[in-house]
Parts: sequence; structure tokens; C-alpha cells
Amino acid sequence: MNKEVNTDIVRPKQIPRRAFAAIAGEKLIELIIRLSGVSAIIFVLAIFFFVFREALPIFFSDHFDLFKFLFNTQWYPTSAVNVRYGTFALTVGSISITFLAMLIAVPFGLGSAIYISEFCGPKQKESLKIIIELLAAIPSVVWGFIGLTVMSRMIISITGAPVGVNLLNGGIILALMSVPIIVSISEDALKAVPDSYREAALALGATRWQIVYRVLLPAAKNGLLAAVLLGVGRAVGETMAVLMATGHAVQIPHGLLDSVRTLTANIAAELGEASVGSDHYHVLFLTGVLLFLLTFAVNLTADFVIRGIRRK
Amino acid sequence: MTGASTQVFNLTIRSAINLVLIALLMFTGCQKKSDEQKEEKQVTTIQVKGSDTLVNVAQAWAEQYKKVAPTVDVEVSGGGSGVGIAALLKGTIDIASASRNMKQEEIEAAKRNTGKDAKNFTIGYDALAVYVHKDNPMNEISLDQLAAIFSEGGETTRWSQLGVTIPGAGEDEIVRVSRQSSSGTYEFFREHVLQNKDFKLGSRDMNGSKEVVELVGNTKTAIGYSGMGYATPSVKKLSISSKAGEPACSPTVENTFSKKYALARSLHIYTMGEPTGAVKQFIDWILSVPGQKILEENGYVPATAAN
Amino acid sequence: MADAIDPATRFAKTDFVIRKERIQAISKALFLIMVVIMIIPLLSIIAYLVYHAMPSLNWEFLIEAPKKGMSEGGIWPAFVGTLYLVVISLAIAAPIGVFAAIYLNEYAKENWFNRIIHLAVINLAGVPSIVHALFGLGAFVYAAQFGYSIISASLTLAIMTLPVIIASTREALASVPASFREACWNVGATRWQTIRAIVLPNSISGILTGIILQVSRAAGETAPIMFTGAVFYKAVARGELFPYYLNEQCMALSMHLYTISTQVPNVKESIPYATAVVLLCSVLVVNASAIALRVWLRNHKKW
Repeated sequence: MNKEVNTDIVRPKQIPRRAFAAIAGEKLIELIIRLSGVSAIIFVLAIFFFVFREALPIFFSDHFDLFKFLFNTQWYPTSAVNVRYGTFALTVGSISITFLAMLIAVPFGLGSAIYISEFCGPKQKESLKIIIELLAAIPSVVWGFIGLTVMSRMIISITGAPVGVNLLNGGIILALMSVPIIVSISEDALKAVPDSYREAALALGATRWQIVYRVLLPAAKNGLLAAVLLGVGRAVGETMAVLMATGHAVQIPHGLLDSVRTLTANIAAELGEASVGSDHYHVLFLTGVLLFLLTFAVNLTADFVIRGIRRK
Repeated sequence: MTGASTQVFNLTIRSAINLVLIALLMFTGCQKKSDEQKEEKQVTTIQVKGSDTLVNVAQAWAEQYKKVAPTVDVEVSGGGSGVGIAALLKGTIDIASASRNMKQEEIEAAKRNTGKDAKNFTIGYDALAVYVHKDNPMNEISLDQLAAIFSEGGETTRWSQLGVTIPGAGEDEIVRVSRQSSSGTYEFFREHVLQNKDFKLGSRDMNGSKEVVELVGNTKTAIGYSGMGYATPSVKKLSISSKAGEPACSPTVENTFSKKYALARSLHIYTMGEPTGAVKQFIDWILSVPGQKILEENGYVPATAAN
Repeated sequence: MADAIDPATRFAKTDFVIRKERIQAISKALFLIMVVIMIIPLLSIIAYLVYHAMPSLNWEFLIEAPKKGMSEGGIWPAFVGTLYLVVISLAIAAPIGVFAAIYLNEYAKENWFNRIIHLAVINLAGVPSIVHALFGLGAFVYAAQFGYSIISASLTLAIMTLPVIIASTREALASVPASFREACWNVGATRWQTIRAIVLPNSISGILTGIILQVSRAAGETAPIMFTGAVFYKAVARGELFPYYLNEQCMALSMHLYTISTQVPNVKESIPYATAVVLLCSVLVVNASAIALRVWLRNHKKW
């Protein structure tokens, strides 16, 4: 007894055992929290590392030439006589389908966002937002199925095109898929414009349309741009829907009714059948690196644009 | 915020955590239980991987074999003949299915990797049929014409060049329907029709044999190739002659079996070394009457058709 | 000037105002039409799917295994496989996601490092699903030697869906007023005690919403599991509850829809439609419950 009291006096700062356990527990849980916090960075780096690692051996292959990889239209990964890895037609496919999708989705997305944010009452607004959210939840393979069955029949009967799975089909499907993200982000951007702007314009006798056109659009233009960029990001990266709806032909499209193949669909179609460790396998991973960098750039730009508004 | 409501929330969070834990426990518990059950019954899993042509047959076998031998689970994946054989060489699967013969370097690699010889079982025959839309008046085509349509640098791009007018089709341009570049069917067509030359770019490269036939069935001006088992009422199989003017042969069971039909091929499954136990029983069953009947029902020609 | 206006017409609309109002009405109608054009075709497409699926939509379809070369029968093995993938990926992603959100909202200060974390989360959400598939194949199937298995597929799905949980948990945490935390700190509680006793209980519904959204996302994805653990067919008995081992491959609903609509010949016409409808409905029901939870939460908010 005496001894214990003594030590207490000598070391008055000693912590009771229970508290010690609590502090240790707290330290542990904080460690876990901090680790989870950095996990996102670890995962992004890991994705890049592993995809790049599998792509790397292709640079030492005889058949590979980076310039041709980027700018040649001939994609013959399994040719018996002359193997060629040119992804240009695939890149053009991705770009054209994204462009078409945005051509449809941007006006409709922005228009819907404006209507939801400025023109309708709170009840209607709530239900529209819920519908948009449910729209965003439809799985891409279901979209692909819709493209393959419903949409392709419609396109054949309306346009008389010989094949229903084509650029137009994929573009419409992708547009419907990226509209929800454009709507929800542009609506946020419009909401972020201070009400005092609207009030000032109203006081000057402006109508709603004039407010939208003269005040809101200029004030929210960065946010709207970011919304479009994120829509682009979604469209470029989409896989299953375009795999099933675009017709999957390696060619540079000359019209809306031509079939195309995209970078993503190409990986999805061929990865399962490329034997591990072959040049073909490594090239597909390199296409993955390309896609990763592309979407990385788009997302980063979108974020900087959004951040630009917050600073202001 | 009152203490009571904090408590309510604390209860919520605790019960949520408990729920998750219980769910996990149930999950692992039942997992274990089914483990035990499986051990009692000595369940074995046979993994089959390979040819897309055979994947539907393999699936039908797996389904039926479960009734014959309830303690054997058969797992089926596609991927292509080459992928199946590569996996077999690595020892990750039990049976590789292939719509082509094993290549010399693959046989050597097998010997090197495992010290065993790959054992081949010819389980049936297939004919690669050339499909057109049912309204297409064409009935036969020669291999040269096919090559001119499909190969890189081939001259034929319009039906009129073949002397064909398709009733009710606005366009004249041939819509080529092909397969993605690593499938066994694609390689077979390239070897036997295009003489190993490359395909013309711009063909619609479908992911499945069924998709090819379906697209051809929906497109009046289309031509495509796929296994003979995939025919539907909206398409027509063409007879094939080796040169224009020579007698054409249609993809029927007899012509396939006698190899008179130019695009006939044999279907194989491979194992590493002599199969034993459950795998042997499964293969024996495949080669027996019920197994071969399933193959036939899927539109292929049984290996035992001559007997 | 004002004197020149006739008192009778002083408050009448001038041509300018009439035109202005007409433009206003037209623009409103135009935007409304845009919304309608976006929604109506979609609803009709879904109705079309359901209509074609009708002949197969029944209880038997759900719990029966595929028969006759997958051209008949049901979708049970695929349905259970999706459940396996969702539950396991959830068990991996939920703790990491919630803790990461706690870090970002409660611990992180405004500095360059946390800015990078923020960017990483955004990019993780933006990486195309096929790149996740490549990653899963390279990292889990080959590098970690899990092989093609449920565990590889679930890990890939977990990483892919992590940003969903992080984003909504973070939002839920941020909606707890700072004054709550300050009050708790003032009575001597540590950071973690405050989080456990005040912040988490007050944001639990929001966190659950995020987790539910993760489930719906994971259930619908195809590309990431196609190359990591989803199999074309596996023999599973009708209604068997635990047919898979974790180191084996499984069937999945999304993958099943893809294979039967592109690969399997002579499928009964209503089956792909019914599969699509089951997948769509499961995802939408899960999502709707998240929305319902959120609405409930907003109506019961005490501050």
C-alpha cells in the first residue's frame, strides 16, 4: 500500500489504467481513421500502378510503336501475318460518340436543370429530382440491353438504316445516361448563385427568362461547364452500354448510321480472350492507361473549375 | 438535443452494428455449414473453360450432369479456345474446351510446365455456316467470293457485284458481320477462308455467335458466319463451294461428318495427362449416349455419328 | 414625360411588356418540354420492357435455375451470385468508406495533403469501370493470387463503389452542426468520443443512405466482375441458399443479362426482358428506399 502511494507522489502524472486503455483505444481508432482517409490516394495510385505494370512489357515488344498505337487506324491484334496495334479508329469512335451524346445531353440537361431550379414549384421540383436520381441508378448493362433491342428496332424502322446498332443508337443511350449527372450538377451550380442576384433583377422588372438568360447563366457558367465536363467523363468511360449498342466495327464513322467501336468496348470485348502475358493482353492494358489518364484529366479540370467558383 | 434522443440514436447505431455482425455470423456460419455438408457429400468442382462455340454445350452438360452425379459441380466459363488451353497449361482448370487443335508450341509448353502430355478427346464436329437474311435470294457462295467480301483488300463491297439484288432492301452495300479478333471461330474463318490474310476493317465484330446470327436476321443486306447450331428462322445458311462453278455443299450433319463441307471442324476437350476420378467419369459421360445427345440437341454433330 | 401618359393606360401593359411576357411563357414551356422529352421515353421504354417480360415474371422465374442450355428456366444462381458480391463488397467498402469520410470531415485540415485526398476520391469516382476491371485483374486475380473468384470480384467492386459511400457519409457528417461538437468538447470529451457519442448518432440515417446507394451501384455493375469472378454458368440447385465458396466464381445477374442477350441461342423471348426487369427493379427498389430514408430524415431533423 505504502509503496503505491509513494509512486503516486513521485509520478503524479501517471494515468489510471482504465484511462490508459481508453487512450490506447482512441489512438488505435484514430490510426484506423487516418489510414482509411488516405486509402483513396492509395487506391488511385494502386490502380495506376497495377494497370501500368501490366501494360509496361508492350514497350519492349517488336510489334509496338507508340506513334502507330496512337495515330494508326489499323487494329489487327491477332493477325497471323502482320500484327498491328493502331487505336486511332477506336479513339475517334470514343470521341464521336461522346460528342454526339453531349450534343443531345447538354441542351436537355441544362434545360431541365433550369426548369427544375427556376421555373417549378417545390413539390414538382422534389419529384423531378427523385426521377432524375432513379434515372441515374439504371445499370449500364440494362441500358445496353435497351439499345440492343428497343432502340435498334426503332432506328431501323425510322431511318431505314440497314443496321440498328450504330453511332446514333450509342449516342442516344449515352446521352440518356449522362443527362442525370449534368442535371444534378448544373442544378447545384444554379442554386449556388446568391438569391440577391435574382432579387436585384426582379426589382428591375426582369422576367424569369430574362433572369436566367442575363443573370444566372453568366453567374453560374463555371458550374455549368463543370457539369458538362463530368458528363463527358461519364460518357467516355461508359463500357457495357456502348459495347452492346454501337455495333462494334473498327472504322472512322462517316455518318450517324455507321457502326463504331470505342476504346472501352474494345477492352471489354477482347480482354477475356487475350491470353495472359501476350502482346495483345499488354496492349489492352495500355489502352486502359490511356483511358485512365484521359478521365483523370477531365475530372481534374472539372474539379478546378468548380473550385474556381467557390473561391470567388 | 436531449439525452434521451442521444440514447435513442445510440441504440440505433448499436442495433445497426449488431445487425451487421449477426448477418456476418449467419453468413460465415452457414458457409461453414454448407462446407460440412459438402465434405460429407464429397462435392467436387470441375472447372471447364475455353471455346465460345462450346460454351453452350458445356453449360447443358453441366446442367444435366448435376442430375446424373449430384455431388459434382461443373463450372463453365467461355473466353475462347486459346484462353482455355492457356489456363489448362497453368493448371488452373480441369478441362479446356477448344474448337481447334492444340498448336505445336502449346503441346510443348504443356510438356515443359507440367511434365505431362495433354490428352485430347474429340467430342464432336461443327460446321461453320455462312448466314444471310432469309429474304436474300442467294443460295450458294464460293470460298473465293467469301474471301473477296471479307479479306483486307478484297474487291467485293456490294451485292450487285455478286449479281444479287435483295428484294425490299434500299441499300446495296454488303454489311459484313464478323467476330471479335481473338475468338476461335474468327481464327478458323481466317485460316480456311481468307488463307490467313487479314479481315477488312469496318465489319461489325460481335461478341457472341448468337449476336452474329441475330444481327444478320435483322439486316437484309448482311452476311456473317457462325456455328451451324445458331440458326434461327430469320436467317438462311448458304451452301459453299470451293470455287465458283464447282458443286456446292450445304452444312448438314452428313457433309460435316464426312468433311465434304469445306468449313467443317472438329471439337475437342483437353485434360493434362490421363484424367482420373470425377473428371474421367464426366468425360466418359460426355462421350456416352446421353452426353452426345445433348451435343446434338445444341446443333452440333456427335463424334459417334458414324458408328 | 410621365404627364404625357394617359391615366387610363398608365398601368396597362405596353407592347414591350407583352412581348417580354410572351417570351417568358415560351421559355417556360420550352424547358418543360425538355424535361418531359427526357422522362417520357424513358418511362415508356421501361413499360415496354415490363410488357415483354410479363410471360416470365413470376416467383418460379426468380428461384428456378436456368434450364435447357439457359434458354429456359429462371435466374436463381445469378440472383444469389449478385447477393454474394453485394454483401461482401459492402462488408469491405462500408467501414473503409465511413472512416475515410470521418477523416475528411472531422480530422482533415485545409491543406495540400487533404486537398490531394479530395482529388483522389473524385478521381476514384471518375475512373471508367473497365479500368477498374483491368485493375482487379492485375491486382487481385494475378498479383494477389486470389484467382478468378468471388473475393477478387468483390474487392474490385468495393474499391469502385467506395466514393459513393465516402461522398454521402461526408455530406451526412457535415450536416451535423458544429455547435454540437463544440458543446461536447467543452465537457472534456476527446475527438473520437465526440464522434461516437454525438456526430455518428446524428448522422446515422445519412450514412445508411450512402450504404444503400453503394448496394445499388454494386448490384448493377458488369464490367468489373466480368474479368474477375463472374462465370458463364454454374450448376446450382433450385433455391439453394449458399451455393458458392468465396474462392470460386459465381454467376451474377448483370453478367447473366449480357450473356443471354448476346451469346445463348434460342432463348425464350421473354427471358432476357424478365432478367433486365428483375435487375432494374432490384436496383430501383434499393435506390428508392435510400431516397425514402433521406426524405424521412429531413422531415425528422431537429435543428
